[in-house]
Amino acid sequence: MKTFKFPRITFWGVVATTLILLGVGAAIARFTLGLGATTNLSDEFPWGLWIGFDFLGIGLAAAGFTIVAAVHLFHARQYEPIVRPAILTAFIGYLLVVLVLVIDLGRPDHFWHPLVMWNPHSVMFEITWCVILYTTVLSAEFAPIVLEKFNLHAPIKWIHSVSLPLMILGVLLSTLHQSSFGSLYLIVPNRLHPLWYTPLLPILFFISCIASGVSMVILETLVLSRKGRTLLPAALRANLAKITAVALAVYLVVRFQDMFSRHALGELKHLTYHSAAFYFEIIVGFVIPFILLLSHRIRNSRRGLYVTTLMVLAGFAANRMNTAITGLESYPTHTYFPSLLEVLIMTGIAAIGFTAFTLIARYLPIFPDMPQPEPDEHPFSSLSPAVEGE
Amino acid sequence: MGQKKALLIDITLCVGCNACQAACKVENKLPEGEEKALSLSAFTALSEHDGLFVRHMCQHCDIPTCVSACPVGALEKRADGPVLYDGDKCIGCRYCMQACPFHIPRYEWKSTRPGIKKCILCAPRLAKGLPTACAEACPTGATKFGDRNDLLIEATNRITADPGKYVAKIYGKTDVGGTSVLYLSPVPFEKLGFDTRLGQEPMPLLSMNALSKVPNVVGVGSVMLAGIWWITNRREDVAREEGSRKQDSNHENRG
Repeated sequence: MKTFKFPRITFWGVVATTLILLGVGAAIARFTLGLGATTNLSDEFPWGLWIGFDFLGIGLAAAGFTIVAAVHLFHARQYEPIVRPAILTAFIGYLLVVLVLVIDLGRPDHFWHPLVMWNPHSVMFEITWCVILYTTVLSAEFAPIVLEKFNLHAPIKWIHSVSLPLMILGVLLSTLHQSSFGSLYLIVPNRLHPLWYTPLLPILFFISCIASGVSMVILETLVLSRKGRTLLPAALRANLAKITAVALAVYLVVRFQDMFSRHALGELKHLTYHSAAFYFEIIVGFVIPFILLLSHRIRNSRRGLYVTTLMVLAGFAANRMNTAITGLESYPTHTYFPSLLEVLIMTGIAAIGFTAFTLIARYLPIFPDMPQPEPDEHPFSSLSPAVEGE
Repeated sequence: MGQKKALLIDITLCVGCNACQAACKVENKLPEGEEKALSLSAFTALSEHDGLFVRHMCQHCDIPTCVSACPVGALEKRADGPVLYDGDKCIGCRYCMQACPFHIPRYEWKSTRPGIKKCILCAPRLAKGLPTACAEACPTGATKFGDRNDLLIEATNRITADPGKYVAKIYGKTDVGGTSVLYLSPVPFEKLGFDTRLGQEPMPLLSMNALSKVPNVVGVGSVMLAGIWWITNRREDVAREEGSRKQDSNHENRG
């Protein structure tokens, strides 16, 4: 058994604590002063950084449903060791998104209204239901991990008896939810720049979330496997990298084919505010990682995978932010740049996510067949003011 | 409720006197003042383009984008024309503002419990059989109130009676599926800041196309996933069974 000791002070611990405290302060300011005084949102830009951050959180949480589907529905048992980290990522991702949504809503006390006041014509309505239902499914998928820790086996059996329909429901809800974030923008053909607006937005959002979700899993296995202890054999990690490459390739084909048929490629002839954003997103996040992942050597190298998965995630983030912000700007007249408070709330919530992951991974059986993680020199190993054993 | 009401705004007749805005402010108990753009205190505003005056206000679409976008149904299209807003339902998500093709809803950014504000086509007056306050106040007849069908006939008549005076288009007749505010103009509408590229289709159809696929995704998806589970599970079972049978036969051989 571990003995409880005062949190050891680490560099990342201090960083995370500072960011969380700043975020809490910013959130208090937002609720007491209102959105107008604390954000750069306006009637021209009613949505900003936080919506982009929601897209990001949900996209990274795609790790959950892809791995659950692979292991439990498609019986790719060899990936079993990463199921729990993936579910944890998704669970934290969704909880954080709910948190951001509540902060973003003008009337957070009414957040439950979509449950009783239905408008099935609204994409936002579908999104709210998907978030609520999938977070419920995720808590049921996550519950056994907590129950196991406290040796409560009866409820685990109950959950296990409904696990198949539960997992199928989870995959369906994720599919709907990932794509419906794209559907949100189907209704603004007059505003969203043609480089991003397409009737295929929901499909493109879905394909790219597979690439980002799997990249997130690869990155996690890299970060969490250290000191001779591997979460996932290198060959399987290389397979995940292959899946990422396939998703990137499919995405590129669909995206460019669609742009070609909509005559949007002409927008790329000149280097403008929008085309520069597009080039960054596509080249850094999709083209280069795809080419790199074709190489057997890179798929099997830790450093190679670090770099490529980070590029995929950066490109994914750029894509979501471009859809949510850049594509709606008309440079240079109508632009939006987040306020300091908006940024602080976002970084605070991100820090809460990292801290929660580190703490939960430390105290709950997320990696059941492995020795407890040893703190080491790795930069990500102590993201939080963690309680050390011994 | 009766017939669908509408406003016909004839830009050639408007002299920019702002009587409409003043009457609107009295009717909606808003602070006085002449405003050039929509705001929380101006549900209609008048802007000038080379000597021509254009009224801005909620267009009260026949199939409103905001109504379809609102997740809680806080916005509602009445049979007699107005698009109304219910602040008690609103969650403050601002999707209506993002979705509105005419950039109409204004948000109470300074409030800690913000909702939106916009023209309601004087719904309480309509219920009493009265015209909107702005139409009643207009001294030149530039804003005319009436049944939408009658106003469309009148607008067509005005264009045919004096084709040199007007461009041959009634803005709002079919734009985004038709609106309850119609405009006549002496110059092409895009010169006055109107968005003429919105198309004839109601915007809500764009998201309906995607949303209508949801039942299919759920139905086909669940059957497909369950099928894959069954097949891969069976494959595992068979492999296990064959493995044990091999072991059994090994035993027999040895025995």
